[in-house]
Amino acid sequence: MEDKIIIKDLNLYFDTHHVLKSINLNIKANEILSIIGPANSGKTSFLRTLNRLNDITSAVKISGEILLDGMDIYKKGISLPWLRRKVGMVFALPVPLPRSIFENIVYGPRLNGVTSKDRLEELVEKTLKSAFLWDEVKDRLHTSGTKLSGGQQQRLCIARSLALEPEVILLDEPCSGLDPLSTSKIEEALYELKKQYTIVLVTNNTKQAARVGDNVAFFLMGDMIEYGSSEHIFTVPNDKRTEDYITGRFG
Amino acid sequence: MELVLAKVGNGGRNDARGYLSHRNDTYTANNQEHLRMKSRENLIQFGLLIIALSTIVILLLIALFILKEGLPIILRVGIKGFICSTHWSPQQGQFGILAMIIGTAWITAGAILVSLPLSLSCAIYLSEFSTPKVRGTLKPIIELLAGIPSVVYGFMGMVILFPLIRNYLGGAGPSILTASVILGIMILPTITSIAIDSLQAVPHSYREGSLSLGATRWQTIRMVILPAAKTGILSGIILGIGRAVGETMAVIMIAGNSVIIPKSLLDPVRTLTANIALEMNYATGDHRQALFATGIVLFITIIILNIIAHTIARGGVEK
Amino acid sequence: MLKPIFWEQVMKKILFVGTAITVFILFFIIFYILKNGLAVVDMEFLLSSPKDFGRAGGIFPCIVGTIVLSLVAIIIATPLGVGTSIYLSEYTRESKLTSIIRFGTDCLAGIPSIIFGLFGFVLFVVYLGLGWSILSGGLTIAFMILPTIIRTSEEAIKSVPDYYREVSLSLGGTKWQTIVKVVLPSALPGIVTGIILGVARSIEETAIVIFTAGSVLRIPTSLFDSCRTMSVHFYILAREGISMENAYGTATILIITILLINAFAYWLMHRLMAKYS
Repeated sequence: MEDKIIIKDLNLYFDTHHVLKSINLNIKANEILSIIGPANSGKTSFLRTLNRLNDITSAVKISGEILLDGMDIYKKGISLPWLRRKVGMVFALPVPLPRSIFENIVYGPRLNGVTSKDRLEELVEKTLKSAFLWDEVKDRLHTSGTKLSGGQQQRLCIARSLALEPEVILLDEPCSGLDPLSTSKIEEALYELKKQYTIVLVTNNTKQAARVGDNVAFFLMGDMIEYGSSEHIFTVPNDKRTEDYITGRFG
Repeated sequence: MELVLAKVGNGGRNDARGYLSHRNDTYTANNQEHLRMKSRENLIQFGLLIIALSTIVILLLIALFILKEGLPIILRVGIKGFICSTHWSPQQGQFGILAMIIGTAWITAGAILVSLPLSLSCAIYLSEFSTPKVRGTLKPIIELLAGIPSVVYGFMGMVILFPLIRNYLGGAGPSILTASVILGIMILPTITSIAIDSLQAVPHSYREGSLSLGATRWQTIRMVILPAAKTGILSGIILGIGRAVGETMAVIMIAGNSVIIPKSLLDPVRTLTANIALEMNYATGDHRQALFATGIVLFITIIILNIIAHTIARGGVEK
Repeated sequence: MLKPIFWEQVMKKILFVGTAITVFILFFIIFYILKNGLAVVDMEFLLSSPKDFGRAGGIFPCIVGTIVLSLVAIIIATPLGVGTSIYLSEYTRESKLTSIIRFGTDCLAGIPSIIFGLFGFVLFVVYLGLGWSILSGGLTIAFMILPTIIRTSEEAIKSVPDYYREVSLSLGGTKWQTIVKVVLPSALPGIVTGIILGVARSIEETAIVIFTAGSVLRIPTSLFDSCRTMSVHFYILAREGISMENAYGTATILIITILLINAFAYWLMHRLMAKYS
């Protein structure tokens, strides 16, 4: 499998706080990478370096390289909107925009210049099907997105990020706060999606990481302690700290 | 439309070209479109900066023009001669505004006296003793008071207070008393509104802590909440003072406008603002300049009040 | 020493009385004006022109003057005010520049209307040669209501949650696109309320109008015409003792207008909030 994203010596500072310490990691294409670790390990910050969403915070300093298909996304001259269309993101809190389901999904494409009604409708159907939400909402596409249940809203957010036809999808603890049924639906969707996309999933739930991830990276206090296939990490981890975390001795 | 021919290690795009692919595929970051978009964003940011600077520009313009028109006369008559003299006779070249300063001071003090008990009662009652529902209904209603034009207030002073004063207290009617009462009512909503907000901003834990130690609500208010809300309420009062100092139309209608130093509450007085408004229409040359100079004095007073309010507010926050 | 409970009861009653007096005063003013003025107000009063300096006839030109003046003021103040608040909340972090701009806004808010009147007179009427006109008046009033619009808009924009912005950015939106398509629509209720409050303030303004727009008692036909607003008309009628009756009538219209505007502001707030949240 080819490397989709190569992270070299990534250091991230918020003010003087050293949030990510020399991260080196290769993310493979068409795979799900689960990132696990206790709270405040820098998992979310790391995720946000991949679509440069950290840039909107002030007092941020980044060094190192992140190569997407061989090109450094922190190079001068990279268009942020362009990058974020390639690398989509689903947040921990399901945040539908205060508009209809249809409008939520076509928001991104419209910004990009897609205006044809037919194409937009096709996009909506395609992405909602990929997110396993189509059947539940196909009759009420023009009702407000905020009226859906939590699990449905999150699937809407997944569909929304798919509408831009990204190549990578970042998910930040997408199932936190959702009921088990919604969680399993989302995990089912991720299985399907990895055939077409590269997926990076931050999760607090080690069992979910074991279920869903092909590869796993363990973060602790800004360091990446260990990386390996999920089979390896969850049975015979190399580092004692990894083992402690997985077995629940802390975090 | 550049279609990329060479992709470096693209894994995973199995489906046919999507609708956006012609833009997504350009790994050279699609320079043309990107540059156009970036320069448009920069232009917008610059334009908004210019707009944002407009407030400062306007303020400076106001200061500039008022100074330009009024400074010469102050320099000629001298600050002492201007501010400390009570002789205001434009025809004879006398431009002392002390009487007006005293008039403004009396009326403002009176207004605060009238307004404080009422506005603080309202604020404390609505914040501490009433239900949120009552508060939500009455607060906007009180703020409605602020919407009534000042000329209507002046008018009410004329038709209600004048007869009352004439009949029961003697005097002609237009007086410090009338002006104080009416102005006090006018600044009620300002002070009340800010006081309520300040009181509401006191953390609930303060209240709960005090009550759980056995204090009554009034004791809690007196010893815990009011001190905590002190700075906010104070800055509200200063804002009210600013409004009273700056009020023109109502004052003209009810304060009497005589250029004298008052000896009793029933005496008529003229304020700085009334002075400007009354004589501007027919003033020329030096006279007009003197009126602008009065404006300078007002302007400076307001800025000083503002700075005081700011310092109080900041001092409170640091605590 | 009297028991604390006793004081509590006493203070509670005293405070209630204070509140009651305040509310009573408000209703008294409204009631008094309306009682004396409603009799005077009829369609003829609203639609016909004044005769004999206002002793008889209606106040139609004043109504027109008021509407046009407020419109001009709002059209000028809104882009300036909303633009400033967008810049302050979206494009800069707190810095020397922003605190200067904020201090300027606060100062502007505290300047008495008579000073605005003087300023408008010197700059627009005399220096720029616009004469006593709707343009002079509108510009001056716009500057006066600018702080109000900036404050309410900034509050509204700041209250739009950050995650909306992040969602839009993560979908490839630029900063400006995010502002126009996500932030402003969500902030609309607050912004519109600020605009309506600005309109209410410009209607009640008297001193500025006299100094910049004059008080000509004719229906204005161009922006360069002078005009008289309802509050100016009321002031002249009352102070010069021309007609108490018509004064009451004018005051009635003024008060009803302001009450309606405030009620409209509330209603609009609620409707827009329901639509956008």
